[in-house]
Amino acid sequence: MTALSPFLFLSAALFCVGLFGVLTRRNAIGVLIAVELMANAVNLNFVAFSRLSGEADGHVFALFAIAVTVAEVAVGLAIVILLYRSRRSILTELASDMKG
Amino acid sequence: MMATVGFAIVAAGIVFSAIRAVSSPHLVQSVLWLACTLIAIAVIYLFLDATFLAAIQVILYAGGVITLMLFGVMLTDRKHDVTRDNPSHGQGLGLGISAAVFGLLSATLWRSALPAIGSTTAPSAEAIGASFLGPHLLAFEALSVLLLAAVLGAIVLARRSDP
Repeated sequence: MTALSPFLFLSAALFCVGLFGVLTRRNAIGVLIAVELMANAVNLNFVAFSRLSGEADGHVFALFAIAVTVAEVAVGLAIVILLYRSRRSILTELASDMKG
Repeated sequence: MMATVGFAIVAAGIVFSAIRAVSSPHLVQSVLWLACTLIAIAVIYLFLDATFLAAIQVILYAGGVITLMLFGVMLTDRKHDVTRDNPSHGQGLGLGISAAVFGLLSATLWRSALPAIGSTTAPSAEAIGASFLGPHLLAFEALSVLLLAAVLGAIVLARRSDP
């Protein structure tokens, strides 16, 4: 594998599948799953371009992004559990009103 | 040649399992398809000679995030929510928007002249560590503060008593 573009096409496809999930899912955990897919597409781009330069910077960025995503999942699931406690459901349209 | 065929198979697996992850009506199946996608992405990292990142991907994502998400599904959803009532809405619109974005991205990729991967070697775990504690030290420290804040925030949010 010496060409860069297959990795970038794969990343673009993964990102768009994740985008579809974010737009269509009604379940909050389903939305989190789709966000994970989009974050992984970004990481794939970082690593592919890092392979082009041979420097470690792209890998550092990817590791940073992985840690940020894991923190996001932890806080996101805590919010989902809180939402479930107050609404008995985690459908996103039930959480559209503020200060409720 | 062998690498190209292998890459094509893994890439097709990634796209298929990602589509299943966003469209499966059963939420637990959705999480397990996400695990398949993440492990296949670790294989793609191996194609790019990023062995350290592939290991981190399997440990953190396929180990940590999937476990967290399964716990999240089990803790929040009543049984019939998990199995049946996991609908999607606006499928046509969502499909149109994401197809448009994909068309835009791939047209841009198609028109741009990307250089081939030369004879550079992928950075070792040692080089990544030196880079983290050298030029990217501020990012490293910010990350530790962020993880601490996330842990505390998750505990505070989840322990709050019922309203």
